[in-house]
Amino acid sequence: MAISLGFHILFAAVGIAMPLLMVLAEDRWIRHRDEASHLLARRWAHGTAILFAVGAVSGTVLSFELGLLWPTFMAFAGPIFGMPFSLEGFAFFVEAIFLGIYLYGWDRVAPRAHWAAGILVALSGVLSGVFVVIANGWMNTPTGFRMVDGRAADVDPWAAMRNPAAASEVLHMTIAAYLSVGFAVAAIHAWRLLAEPQNLFHRRALALALWVGGVSAVLQPLSGDVSARQVALHQPVKLASMEGQFRTERGAPLRIGGWPDVEAETTRYAIEIPYGLSLLAFHDPEAVVQGMEAVPRRDWPPVHVVHVAFQVMVACGTVLAGVALLAALLAWRRKGLPDQRWFLRVVTLCGPLGFVALEAGWTVTEVGRQPWIVHGVVRTADAVTPMPGLAVPLVTFTAVYVFLAFVVVFLLRRQVFTSPQLVTPAQGRPGADAAAGA
Amino acid sequence: MPLEYWLAGAVMAAFTLYALGAGADFGGGVWDLLSSGPRQRAQRDLIAHAIGPIWEANHVWLILAVVLLFVCFPAAWAALSIALHIPLTVMLVGIVLRGSAFTFRSYDDASDAVQRRWGRVFAVASVLTPLMLGVCVGAVAAGAVQVRGGRVVGGFVRPWLAPFPFAVGGLTLGLFAFLAAVYLTLEAHDPDLREDFRRRAIGSGVAVGALAFAALAVARGEAPLVWEGLVGRHWSLPLHAATGVAALGALFALWTRRFRAARFLAISQVSLVLWGWGASQFPFIVPPDFTFTGTAAPPAVLEAVLGALVCGAVILVPSLWALYRVFKGVRVEA
Repeated sequence: MAISLGFHILFAAVGIAMPLLMVLAEDRWIRHRDEASHLLARRWAHGTAILFAVGAVSGTVLSFELGLLWPTFMAFAGPIFGMPFSLEGFAFFVEAIFLGIYLYGWDRVAPRAHWAAGILVALSGVLSGVFVVIANGWMNTPTGFRMVDGRAADVDPWAAMRNPAAASEVLHMTIAAYLSVGFAVAAIHAWRLLAEPQNLFHRRALALALWVGGVSAVLQPLSGDVSARQVALHQPVKLASMEGQFRTERGAPLRIGGWPDVEAETTRYAIEIPYGLSLLAFHDPEAVVQGMEAVPRRDWPPVHVVHVAFQVMVACGTVLAGVALLAALLAWRRKGLPDQRWFLRVVTLCGPLGFVALEAGWTVTEVGRQPWIVHGVVRTADAVTPMPGLAVPLVTFTAVYVFLAFVVVFLLRRQVFTSPQLVTPAQGRPGADAAAGA
Repeated sequence: MPLEYWLAGAVMAAFTLYALGAGADFGGGVWDLLSSGPRQRAQRDLIAHAIGPIWEANHVWLILAVVLLFVCFPAAWAALSIALHIPLTVMLVGIVLRGSAFTFRSYDDASDAVQRRWGRVFAVASVLTPLMLGVCVGAVAAGAVQVRGGRVVGGFVRPWLAPFPFAVGGLTLGLFAFLAAVYLTLEAHDPDLREDFRRRAIGSGVAVGALAFAALAVARGEAPLVWEGLVGRHWSLPLHAATGVAALGALFALWTRRFRAARFLAISQVSLVLWGWGASQFPFIVPPDFTFTGTAAPPAVLEAVLGALVCGAVILVPSLWALYRVFKGVRVEA
């Protein structure tokens, strides 16, 4: 399940962000009629198509796996947090329908109608992500029911959707999708530009992707702050393990790096900024931060996993925000695309960081919730299926996923990122795409 | 009518639309596998062309049905996923491979070898998935899914590894292939190509009849619950008569080249088979232990889901109409 999810989240992020890039490029083409943007929209649409198909089938596996692996959990939680999944079904439906129109309808509908279909794909992509994250928010901060004799009573699905974690998680995750995809795409085109500095196709692509990734990178720390305060309030144990905070403390320090020593209940080798954590989590340097010691050990998540994942996420996010600001500065001084070779190299190197941060952040929220599958209500170990030999489907699906990932990368390389022969606008011609494919 | 019956109807409707849409897409894969003769390439291209824009939208009906099941009838869904873990997993692998192989084929190298390789995966997965889907349906209908106190009665294999579930699997596969061939007669422009699929439609239509009788015969010995449900109710005779009329009518329409009428009748036939199955086990969702009412989620949840379904339909119906109009409308007129 974790592997399926870790795999699916990458495609989901691409499904959220790639359509935006695609319609931005198409919009540019409709307004300026430049061949590079047209080609870009088409290429990015190919990429979206491949990734959406794989995302759709891997998402199906997930919707079944919920029941296949966690039948007890679903029997309990299905009615309470199923609402966002039903709504997600519709959002996904709309996305699939309009993606069909978008991909196969270039010559069948008017340009602006076609573009509008793309907009609907982008919107419904975001919306389906929103609904799924709301459901995850519920697992972190369950609301909308009462426990009576080990059973849920007074179920209110709407109240479950308004759980306290939903809003901040949704914001953080949506921006994360734009951020990671924006930078990954920017990196690929920056890398191609190093070899062919004048290629207009890659220049357009880099500009658009940097905009999307850069703006998100600058916004993300703000949404991170909202999330952190929400976690501090509702899941103090998760916050404590993120920060390696074992003791309950007034004016707790912010720890950067370090390795939590669970036996000695202390975090070693970290750079400590006095009062930092209290300040960030509660906006008050004297605030009391609850430590791990407040709950019995059997309710602790694996502290070092959560701590390290959190540090990785923050580090990647900080680097990317720095690169975004740098890009803005360079672009402002150049009055155009920052195409210094050293900057292109930096962007290339930053390509994977967004996805690393995405996976690390997911690890924080999921592992940080352990040993609970529904925070404070159901333990993960109690929810797993009685089916013996679970390793078999696990290995099967992992093998299938690895294979799919391999093919996807191979196809994307050929379909989306191969250099077309577009050096100046004058040389751009309708046949360029076909020529590039050869 | 109690709320949960409305939702049971919604699940059945989603399932029916899945069979009519995605089922035919799988059937297309079957014909891809069985393509032959001088127009083999043209047959494959027509199939790919027909299912390309719509298969993802068709596929979502299954997700909708599953979500409705686990939100509205959580206990039944839990029992199904425990007892049918293995066939459901195999079906999922089929779904993953079918979808990705189809997409990869569209975007991979146009050379013959590469196309054939993906085409083979796509086609084999298109056979495997409906077969497993039918096996699961057959196991449910036969009352083989029995989970008591979180434990499966009869193990993880025996409930579905039996003649009746596989008979239903074969029938499902046959119905999907039949649907696809009938749809494809209307997709083809070229008269020869149309004849190819007309012959295939007639052949698979006859095969479906044989498979249906075979399943019924097996049911008599192996699945008394189904036999009872299909034969012993007061609506049994009219239902079977209607299904039979639709089936024979579809064959007659194909014979006389009335392709639009054939499509309508084939759709009616498949829907009747599905609803006949649903009606035969009513009021049980998973016989013999779980009823719709007994496994239903609290009323507040059912109300909310029903509301969401109505609102969703308001968005969905025009969108689907647009999709089919853009890709199917023009060609049907031509």
